[in-house]
Amino acid sequence: MNVPLPVPLPPALEVAAAEVLATARALKAQGCFDLLIDVTAVDWPQRTPRFDVVYHFYSTATFARVRVKTRVTESDPTVDSLVPLYGSALFMERECHEMYGITFRGHPDLRPILLYEGFEGHPLRKDYPIGREQPLVKFIK
Amino acid sequence: MNKETLSPALSQGRGGNAAIANPIRPAFDAHDEPGSVVVSIGPSHPATHGTIQVIAALDGERVKRVDVHCGYLHRGFEKECEAHTWHNLIPYVDRLNYCSGLINNFAYCEAVEKLMGIEMTPRCRYLRTLLSEYSRIADHLTCIAASLMELGAMTPFLYLVMIRDYIYEHLAALTGARVTYTYGRIGGLARDLPEGWLARLSEILDQYQDFIGRVHGLMDRNRIFIDRTRNVGAITAAEAIHWGITGPILRSSGAPRDLRKDTPYLAYAELDFDVPVGINGDNYDRYYVRMREMDESVYMIRQLMEMLPEGPINVDDRRCTFPEKTLVYSEIESLINHFKLVMDGPSVPAGEVYFSHEAPNGELGFYLVSDGSGTPYKVHVRSPSFVHMGGLARLLEGYQLADIIPTFGSVNMIGGECDR
Repeated sequence: MNVPLPVPLPPALEVAAAEVLATARALKAQGCFDLLIDVTAVDWPQRTPRFDVVYHFYSTATFARVRVKTRVTESDPTVDSLVPLYGSALFMERECHEMYGITFRGHPDLRPILLYEGFEGHPLRKDYPIGREQPLVKFIK
Repeated sequence: MNKETLSPALSQGRGGNAAIANPIRPAFDAHDEPGSVVVSIGPSHPATHGTIQVIAALDGERVKRVDVHCGYLHRGFEKECEAHTWHNLIPYVDRLNYCSGLINNFAYCEAVEKLMGIEMTPRCRYLRTLLSEYSRIADHLTCIAASLMELGAMTPFLYLVMIRDYIYEHLAALTGARVTYTYGRIGGLARDLPEGWLARLSEILDQYQDFIGRVHGLMDRNRIFIDRTRNVGAITAAEAIHWGITGPILRSSGAPRDLRKDTPYLAYAELDFDVPVGINGDNYDRYYVRMREMDESVYMIRQLMEMLPEGPINVDDRRCTFPEKTLVYSEIESLINHFKLVMDGPSVPAGEVYFSHEAPNGELGFYLVSDGSGTPYKVHVRSPSFVHMGGLARLLEGYQLADIIPTFGSVNMIGGECDR
């Protein structure tokens, strides 16, 4: 699937969740956006769909930047993983997954990275209380 | 080294969350890598400066496969930011890359200023540039000193750390702290330079030149050093970009990409400086690129000392700058202004911004979302160390077990920034 990019490219793009991978592919191929700088999410609990997934791209050829945003729902917080295009997505999507519970379809390894196995909840969601304590994780010898 | 073969029991917890066999589940164990020995290096290993765990599958002494675990210094930075005012975060961002706290301060403050539409004063702009470069020297000194010491080079370590200590003491005279400075302010700086500060700066730069010359003499053509670093941990520019690597590691592979040159911020557009690059992208090139970058920083600081204009360091904007203390005590408007700034924090209009500085390790970016209240809605840090850890496996695989130490040292992972 190929997505036409707007000309001239605005500093921020809003795309549908299903088009993220195609948009990234177009950005990489047509716009020389070869560096995936950042992947994160923003939680808007009062809004439907609830989450923004935010990507920042940078071009090492033209020094241009672009922010790509997509909205995903609370019931199905899924977007396509950018791992096939960018190696740096591997760690950044893992962090976004554990912090917000966004599922990156096609990501080979969504283990916790800054947290640990058995951590309950997604701490950067707005409904996660800042003072919440976590249960002890049993270590089976 | 904590050598252990991970038993198959450790992989039982996969898929289910009822029985957690290992809270830090490795990507593989001895069953996945038949014929190899799986060792766990870290998280607190005496030869690595940084709390991180490297799980390596070894074929003899050769590293076949690596799984990097970070997060041991995770302290909920981004969550905590959402519970404070924009102003209160300044001491907190110091603790990201604690080797160059000033650059974190300035990058954060400038991102907030972008959201508020504030233009900093000329003196503040030049001072921030000067102090950023000064911090970069301290950061590179730390990185080079530690990675040389891990290879057994004690004398260069002492030379470099001595200069770093002069810098820390000198910055303490300006900011009141050696490492966590809290010197940036939204719209300016905490205070102006004290009397005689620039004269002492000149002295330290002269001493730097003397001692950095000695380190060049001891290391550059040292047979042991070359054998340990040349063609070890090599990466090409295309691969580095694929893995999101920026800063000295990217430049060591030959790509002259530097935000100070490419998209100039602060006063960098007015400065004359080179962007040093390497050839092979190996450990030796990373050492040399950092050494050369420090020289460029010294060159820039000397230019900035000449260019530094007189004038105020804080913008005259009641939304973020505190009023004069004498006015706070004598007139009601300033008293209320002071009160509101302390209790509610600077009012930042609703919006979002991504802004980045060229930190010593690479692109340090802040993605800020404001809903118009006094506290941030979201603060996300694009930390170079964290992204570099994603590419670390690529730098370690295929080399010797002992090469993990110099390669990890040359990447300069800073736990505070990586794990947030």
